[in-house]
Amino acid sequence: MRRSWDAIWLVAQREFKDQIRDWRIVVPMAFLVLVFPFIADDTTRQAIGFMNRYGGGLILDNLIPFVILVIGFFPLSFTLVVALEAFVGEKERGTIEPLLSSPLEDVHLYLGKLLVGVTTPLLFSYLSIGIYLILVSRRDVEFPSAYMLALILLLTFAHAVLMVSAAIVISVQATTIRAANLMASFVVVPVAFLLQGETMLIFWGNEDVLWFAILAVVLLAGLLVRLGLAHFKREYLLGREIDTLDFKGMYRVFRAQFVGGAKSILEWYRVAVFDAVGRMKQPIFIVIALGVVAVLAAYFWVVAELPPYLSNSPERMESFQQMVGDNLTLLEQFQEHVPAPLLFLYNTRTTIVFLLMGLVSFGTLGLTLFLMNFALIGGVLGVANLIGFSPLLAFAAGVLPHGVFELTAVILATAGMLKVGALLVSPNTERSIGETLLLALADWFKVFIGLVVPLLAIAAVIEVYLTPVLIKLAFPFL
Amino acid sequence: MIECEDLSKKYNGDFWAVDGVSLHVQPGQILALLGQNGAGKTTTVRMLTALISPTRGWARVAGYDVVKQPQEVRANVGVLTEQHGLYMRMTGEEYLEFFGKVYGLDAETRRRRTEYLLEYFGLAEAAQKRSGEYSKGMKQKLALARALIHDPSVLLLDEPTSAMDPESAQLVRNEIARLRSSKRTIIICTHNLAEAEALADQIAIIYRGRILLNGSLEELKRRVLGPVEYEARFAEPFEAGELNLPEGVEVASRSATSLRFRVDAPLAVNPQIVQELTSRRAPLVSFQEVSRKLEQVYLKTMAEAQGVTYAA
Repeated sequence: MRRSWDAIWLVAQREFKDQIRDWRIVVPMAFLVLVFPFIADDTTRQAIGFMNRYGGGLILDNLIPFVILVIGFFPLSFTLVVALEAFVGEKERGTIEPLLSSPLEDVHLYLGKLLVGVTTPLLFSYLSIGIYLILVSRRDVEFPSAYMLALILLLTFAHAVLMVSAAIVISVQATTIRAANLMASFVVVPVAFLLQGETMLIFWGNEDVLWFAILAVVLLAGLLVRLGLAHFKREYLLGREIDTLDFKGMYRVFRAQFVGGAKSILEWYRVAVFDAVGRMKQPIFIVIALGVVAVLAAYFWVVAELPPYLSNSPERMESFQQMVGDNLTLLEQFQEHVPAPLLFLYNTRTTIVFLLMGLVSFGTLGLTLFLMNFALIGGVLGVANLIGFSPLLAFAAGVLPHGVFELTAVILATAGMLKVGALLVSPNTERSIGETLLLALADWFKVFIGLVVPLLAIAAVIEVYLTPVLIKLAFPFL
Repeated sequence: MIECEDLSKKYNGDFWAVDGVSLHVQPGQILALLGQNGAGKTTTVRMLTALISPTRGWARVAGYDVVKQPQEVRANVGVLTEQHGLYMRMTGEEYLEFFGKVYGLDAETRRRRTEYLLEYFGLAEAAQKRSGEYSKGMKQKLALARALIHDPSVLLLDEPTSAMDPESAQLVRNEIARLRSSKRTIIICTHNLAEAEALADQIAIIYRGRILLNGSLEELKRRVLGPVEYEARFAEPFEAGELNLPEGVEVASRSATSLRFRVDAPLAVNPQIVQELTSRRAPLVSFQEVSRKLEQVYLKTMAEAQGVTYAA
């Protein structure tokens, strides 16, 4: 352990010395760190004047935390260049091979670079924030509480880890510094969006919600570190294999995995689709378990928390039931408003959105969307219970007939998406990130085309033509 | 010791950068790996350094398996890479100190080795200068010093004297020779055939990933260029007529003032040739082995591999 830390520190120390000896880094950083707080202070002064004149107390109260967040972000985005060239820069300068030929382990090299990649910008960020806080303390504006300040500093730390860990993944995979720098926007733009979301949370005024942002960012950063380490290979840093974008090769790999050597549709289902489902047992189990938890949690939360808002007196409940009964006629027009093909397309699009969200977050965002959908079912059943209907019967008549197909499809698609994310962050000495992703996507599309799409089609037909009838039939017994 | 059997590396699905290389280098021996650019020398060295994994075959370096014990292999190998790979903002001393730490040397050993290597390679005066300010030759010497910092039992040197002035190159050759005498196992990849000839106990010629020839210099000369030739030179034109030569001797070429013989067993038959010439009152000035260079062996081998005629 001690030896590992020494080795990590050794790599970080050399890199840090190299950075502070490079005027191209030091001069702009010094400028940014020393000048930007003064600009931000002046902007704060003008904002205070403006809001005192025209109103805007909520903004004024949270102005300083917001500015701190922005000040912290600037040095991070600038020093990202250093992290982006951590490995690819050494490769291009020819200094990587002696280092890779040494007994340092992959984890020492990776974490050493990550450590200095996070520490340097964070140092600059905190210095800049410190200067700004000293300057702004003279202003007539509410100073953030120590708790809020700690949250913002933690959030800045989380941003640094997220950006640098993403930058280092790029640095390991890129073939040239230019290519790595071109990809910088894939790090800066999402974090800029994240920053906007966090700004909303700050102005919303609920400090505690920021903890979720911190946790989410740290989780994502952790997954990125895991991804980088899982696919860090000395061979790829030196090899020529990642120099070319081989579309034909990519297609070959994808096709081979997708078709699985099958010569007919039946054989494809047997050797490709069901085989892929068989390899998804664990994620399917996890998704089902989490889905059940989401339904139950939402159901019990609604049942426990909603009554005060519903003021559910017997008269009010009766009027609710009456309203539902009156609106049952609308179900007859359901197929006119929502034709089955449209519903099918909507549901298909949703599963693809789950995949896309999962791809950018190693499955976490896709899973979150899935859980929100399942929670919605639990919530609706909870409301049904509150207004005096039988939740079980409501589920059996309103959800189950098409849900057997639709929920199965969504569970399969989500489990596949989770598997893609899990494969990306699993160590694999045989394959590159690209290859791993291609194979995982081929598996996902196999299940998607072979099972999810047909199941969603059946579900859409049932939901449009059968479910409304069943609800109407079941209503008197609800 | 370095041993590998059938060592092979395939890239991009179908390109064999190295194909079935087998080498055995004993401690105290130097093997020179010769070949054109892109022949597979660097890939072979990288596999022996456990930097890239072989697609097929196996290799043991310093007693460790390159696939199963890569850390141990790297800890016991000194590598001079194709590019010197120096950190330009570090001074020569800092650079060696850094790699001393990387190889886990204690402070006292680091200081001693750094001082010794800087002094040996004539870099002591420039020790506090950043390596970015060094000349090409100095950079190469510092890179070699890095490869030697941990006193490794195996050395893999890619063009060790490239970009060096003749004095520095000699210095490096002397150091390599000294390392051989202290039982180090050394592989040199080089285009400098004279250097290979001067240093190597064993020479391997690689072409398109395959070893075409492997053996001692004498063996290679005999295999590629045929039996040893000797030349008799005369002070004035000498008409030998039909010579009574012993069995196993063949006249390779003749001119008015010289005669060349191809001889299978020189120890046995050379005295008889000299005796025959003197008995014929040949105005003999000298009788010596015709010098044959590694360059001839290399060029002839490469020409044959490429299917072209070798013009000596």
